[in-house]
Amino acid sequence: MLIDHPLLGPRDASEFTIKGEARLLDRPNPAASDAAETFHSYLHLRENPAGLVRELWFHDEGDRSWLVVTRNTLTHEIVAVELARDVAARLRGAEV
Amino acid sequence: MTRKVVSMRYSALEILKQGLRGNLHWPRMWRTPELKPGYDVVIVGGGGHGLATAHYLAQLHGVTNVAVLEKGWIGGGNVGRNTTMIRSNYLLPGNQPFYEMSLKLWEGLEQDLNYNAMVSQRGILNLCHSDAQRDGFIRRGNAMLLSGAGAEFWEPERIRSFLPMIDFDNARFPIRGGLWQPRAGTVRHDAVAWGFARAADGAGVDIIQNCEVTGFTTEAGRCTGVETTRGPVRADKVAICVAGSSSRVMAKAGLQLPITSHALQACVTEGLKPFLPCIVTFGAGHFYVCQSDKGGLVFGGDIDGYASYAQRGGLATIEDVCEGGMAVMPAIGRARILRTWGGLVDMSMDGSPFIDRTEIPGLYFNGGWCYGGFKATPGSGFAYAHLLATDESLPEASAFRLDRFATGAVIDEKGMGAQSNLH
Amino acid sequence: MSGYRLDAGGQIDRNAKLSFRWDGKSLSGFEGDTLASALLANGQSLVARSFKYHRPRGIMTAGSEEPNALVTLGEGAATTPNTKATVVPLRDGLVAHSQNWRGSLKWDLMSLNDVLSPVLSAGFYYKTFMWPKSFWERLYEPAIRASAGLGALSGSVDPDSYANGFKHADLLVIGAGPAGLMAALTAGRAGLRVIVADEDTRLGGRLNAETLEIAGAPGHQWATEAAAELAALPNVTVMPQSTVFGVYDGGQYGILERGTAQVRATFWRVRARHAVLASGATERPIAFPGNDRPGVMMAGAVRTYLNRFAVATGQQVALFGNNDSLARTARDLRAAGVDVVVELDSRAGASVIGTNGRQGLRQIMTGDGTWREADCLAISGGWSPNVHLMCHHRGRPVWREDIAAFVPGPDLPPGMLCAGAVTGAGSLSAALREGAAAAVKVAEAHGTTARTEVPQAEDEPTAIAAFWHVSGAKGRAFVDFQHDVTTKDIIQAKTEGFEAVEHLKRYTTLGMATDQGKSSNVLGLALMAEARGVPIADAGTTIFRPPYTPVPIGAFAGPHRGPQFRPVRRTPSEPWAKEQGAVFIEAGQWMRAQYFPRAGEQSWQETVAREVTTTRSSVGVCDVSTLGKIEVQGRDAAAYLNFVYCNGFAKLAVGRTRYGLMLREDGFAYDDGTCARLSEHHYIVTTTTAKAGEVYRHMEFVRQCLCPEMDVHLISTTDGWAQYSVAGPQSRSLLSRLIDEDISDTAYPYMACGAVTVCGTAGRLFRISFSGELAYEVAVPARYGDALIRALMAEAQSFDGTAYGTEALGVMRVEKGHPAGAELNGQTTAADLGLGRMVSSKKDSIGAVASRRPALLAEDRAQLVGLVPEDKSKSLRAGAHLLATDAAAEMGQDQGWISSAVHSPTLGHDIALAFLKGGANRAGDRIRAWDGLRGRDILVDVVSPHFYDPEGARLRT
Repeated sequence: MLIDHPLLGPRDASEFTIKGEARLLDRPNPAASDAAETFHSYLHLRENPAGLVRELWFHDEGDRSWLVVTRNTLTHEIVAVELARDVAARLRGAEV
Repeated sequence: MTRKVVSMRYSALEILKQGLRGNLHWPRMWRTPELKPGYDVVIVGGGGHGLATAHYLAQLHGVTNVAVLEKGWIGGGNVGRNTTMIRSNYLLPGNQPFYEMSLKLWEGLEQDLNYNAMVSQRGILNLCHSDAQRDGFIRRGNAMLLSGAGAEFWEPERIRSFLPMIDFDNARFPIRGGLWQPRAGTVRHDAVAWGFARAADGAGVDIIQNCEVTGFTTEAGRCTGVETTRGPVRADKVAICVAGSSSRVMAKAGLQLPITSHALQACVTEGLKPFLPCIVTFGAGHFYVCQSDKGGLVFGGDIDGYASYAQRGGLATIEDVCEGGMAVMPAIGRARILRTWGGLVDMSMDGSPFIDRTEIPGLYFNGGWCYGGFKATPGSGFAYAHLLATDESLPEASAFRLDRFATGAVIDEKGMGAQSNLH
Repeated sequence: MSGYRLDAGGQIDRNAKLSFRWDGKSLSGFEGDTLASALLANGQSLVARSFKYHRPRGIMTAGSEEPNALVTLGEGAATTPNTKATVVPLRDGLVAHSQNWRGSLKWDLMSLNDVLSPVLSAGFYYKTFMWPKSFWERLYEPAIRASAGLGALSGSVDPDSYANGFKHADLLVIGAGPAGLMAALTAGRAGLRVIVADEDTRLGGRLNAETLEIAGAPGHQWATEAAAELAALPNVTVMPQSTVFGVYDGGQYGILERGTAQVRATFWRVRARHAVLASGATERPIAFPGNDRPGVMMAGAVRTYLNRFAVATGQQVALFGNNDSLARTARDLRAAGVDVVVELDSRAGASVIGTNGRQGLRQIMTGDGTWREADCLAISGGWSPNVHLMCHHRGRPVWREDIAAFVPGPDLPPGMLCAGAVTGAGSLSAALREGAAAAVKVAEAHGTTARTEVPQAEDEPTAIAAFWHVSGAKGRAFVDFQHDVTTKDIIQAKTEGFEAVEHLKRYTTLGMATDQGKSSNVLGLALMAEARGVPIADAGTTIFRPPYTPVPIGAFAGPHRGPQFRPVRRTPSEPWAKEQGAVFIEAGQWMRAQYFPRAGEQSWQETVAREVTTTRSSVGVCDVSTLGKIEVQGRDAAAYLNFVYCNGFAKLAVGRTRYGLMLREDGFAYDDGTCARLSEHHYIVTTTTAKAGEVYRHMEFVRQCLCPEMDVHLISTTDGWAQYSVAGPQSRSLLSRLIDEDISDTAYPYMACGAVTVCGTAGRLFRISFSGELAYEVAVPARYGDALIRALMAEAQSFDGTAYGTEALGVMRVEKGHPAGAELNGQTTAADLGLGRMVSSKKDSIGAVASRRPALLAEDRAQLVGLVPEDKSKSLRAGAHLLATDAAAEMGQDQGWISSAVHSPTLGHDIALAFLKGGANRAGDRIRAWDGLRGRDILVDVVSPHFYDPEGARLRT
């Protein structure tokens, strides 16, 4: 697979380490009363779709960016690549 | 309603008789029955685990009004594309007794099924390359002894004399010893599915190929059957057993699982005269190997790391595995890889499987076997049949609960935490 | 003796005579021969034995699809088994042997299997060898294994080297037959970056084997000219002897290039946006009784040997087939003066129903029951396009009834186009046109225009009528020649219910041999379709998997073997330590000094004891540069660290250091180390050696993915600093001589940190201790590490100090009860480690919520304890399990395990760290350390894990 890094251009997937589904960006509120359940779901339950999935990839042998890669698990086609920091900031409604 | 189907008993004499008749009068190994409107138990998935479950339901619990629904052809998943190894060399109390039970079932399988799946207890040697790794193996070996699985620790000299092809003189990571389980071995993998299918079919179980489950029917919150490409089927109990498709199938029931599906590659070389007397695993890289009865070196390594349903992997993994192979056993350099293939493995969040009820009454789940499902085949079927028949977990499989992540009672052999691709 | 060399013709160099050895006999051939053509020219008809029945077999094909002629090349460590004689370029001095026989090739004792074949039919082994149970592994299986397998490995280290590398192209042309050459020429002339790869030594494919003409000249001559033109184009890379064996994601192709000057083979990973699959087609046999006898060959191979190698494959050649190529075969043979005894065209109702000849063909029986003399039978059942590579992304080929073949379907790997015989294009002119057209399309996609200049070529007749097997004839008709799968086996499989194609394959082993069913798969499928009474298209097709042809394991590994398997990381003090005679040990990729033996010391234990005792009584120096070092800077660094660590970091003062514990988000302990605050917005985090990379990745995850709004930046500086632990009561005195600043206890108290000048160089000093003594870690830029260790050790002499290695380091940390890798094993919680109070409940941090899950708080979890043997003379060893004194040794009684055990020179006996159920409250209990694996079982007493100076008074002196 080739990952089109937003800053560095196309890079071989073997330069990266993968963590899992991008829902890991959406850490639940630890102070909420249902934190035990929401953290369980956040940590463990996965959509694991046969089709498009958003995943976190780390550019170990590169610029050490975490990326959100949107990829088809049936074909391995990569359709979008974003900096995880931008996605996380959007998710939190913050400006970086 | 049970129906006993007379099945031919296989023997050398029968082979001779049939051979003289041109081998044209062998009976079918399993029937091609019509799907009935309802069953006591519908097993979704005609792989090794599903067929074993059907066999043990019939044989041990007298439950024979059973259908096994298979999307494609039976034995086409894990049981048809693994690296054929069986062992019970686990560490944790949640795992080790289960795998030891499974190994004992393997040891009696041929007699039980009247089918020779060629269980060959050639032994497994896990090589270690550091003091810390050795200490870990000794802890594990002692756990194996405590569960009656048998284990030995081999010093380097013994390994060198038993396996002269291993590189002791020029290794980047010297070999400090190895954990040996003599009862581990290899099995002719496809035959396991066929043997269980033949036995289950003989007891009256309906094996329905080319029948895909497309949904579940529920009444008042209880699962009452499945929708299939061949129409609806009622069932008192629906047992899911669809490694590689667990998340996809359970999503139809509205359930999310602590599972991610990954590609696991394996390789086989051209046939070679006997070279390797046992299974060997390399402790400083990703490589394990055995030699099949046909002579091919069967080997593999780690999963590719990214979620995949494509049933293929990348070159980088093959390269990594072969580097491991050449590091530990440089005499295999001239053996040629004949085929590589990628299977789907359902990696759970702690590397251990599930055999459990779900939150939907009537719906049961067996899955998350990671890359270790093959060796578990008889044990999994035995434990799942017990759960389906009695609604109680078999003690040896009682840790394989779906709620263990919520409670924290995880079974994390490698200590890698809640990341499926690290187990 | 049937084959012979023609007096003239062929693309061989008759001036370059090569001698080679075959089964000990000295034979000769010419430059341009393959081993197969040379064997045929020398009249060698029998060359191999089949896998199962050990039937005599000859050369059947002229390419990589060969199922029969597997030989062992070379001798000694360079022995290569299972090599297809048809793809081995002949060279002077080549040594080859036949294989898979017992006795001799001619008189193979294992051919008893052939006599027993009625009882050795498909899957017989699943139905027997079950009684008595013990006989399977003792008797039956060893016998099966000995007779199975093909050739043998030498058992010695592969003496050759392999390389690997990367290439990039706009277009990869797979196969250099007429279609591939035309595609490469068209794209190359248009300026595209082109790689053209072909498995053969000569480009041209079938052009080298046929007498077809292009632009009025022999086809092979056109191929030679095309190859020369391509070689001259700077934007084209020509790769002969290079097999494209697999198609991977993102336009990646695997190529095995054989036999360059320096290495035995090179494994290339090629990226190409487009590929033209011009892989041609493979001729397939017809099933009729006795079709496996040496001398029965594919008609196309007969032409190849005749036209390319000037070898007649027999003196009396009979022909049998179902297509127009028979006429061409007859014409070519007659033109070369070879006797064509009979042409049997199935379309006219003719057939072969039997063959005769013990170790080589002597007679054939035609459909009318008459025997005809023939020492070679050329057969052709049509052509199967080589669709393999298009299937590697799970694309399915589709059946074309008109040519009775599977051709590539619409679902191709991204960027792939097909041209030539692989698409079913039968004629030469069609192949050329398709090759050019594919290149034009690729050029368009790359934004340029390619001109189509297709030379004139003939449209030779290619009509075919499907004909798979001769029915009604008596005797075994082979489908998969290597694995001895017969038509009867396929019928039997169907009878027993193995109707799905994959079941058929797996039950009969059809297509599982080293030729991957190149010639047999379609025939087998057709027979199954017929038996089931369904069209072939409905019977299915099997998926082809990489590699297209087998690839040596050594080629995939390339140079990464032996000491080069993985890189070696070296510590700054290594040159100095080597001078001292230090013994080194692998620690992950690092090499670290394990201990520093001195003259007169009898054992490593004695050395380690001396290093510990000296450090505790005076001073010791240890290289700890391998610890991970992560610099954390930014206005929000404090808040960030307070979130990453489970213990509080919000209030760490500038110039102070704190022990920190990280949890994983699932609540288990992750890694520990120190965190030093050098200035308002600048911290240094240390990690364990083993987890340095992983923790850095984790911290970047937290920073980028969970705290994007924070102003904080990280950089790993592990390799940038040389860092030495200077430990022991004299450590301050020693360091004072090298450091300009005041490091007295008042000025530099326990856990102080800061910038210092070390030997005139800017460095850092941390007053932290892993040993439990008054200790410092002093760091300088890595390039000064060698100078600093020499300076430290020169000063240490005056204190009778010592260097110490990882062993003494380990002993001292166990004496202090510090957890390390064996305790921080990913399965333990902070509470298990006795660090439960560190997990702050006042703040949110990674892992805090999940650490409160009930099973992580259970009282009976295994918790860290210290153990001492009841009999102090006895030794403790890691890996033992803990049992009650009266308990049986069984899983249900297991109470824990020893994680680390050392001999403590300080205490004079062995001590251990262990995890014991409910251990936090069990000091004083007597239990057993049971190590059944090593036959040991001793009584131990539970104590605090802090064996040495539990109050920590020595740290603060």
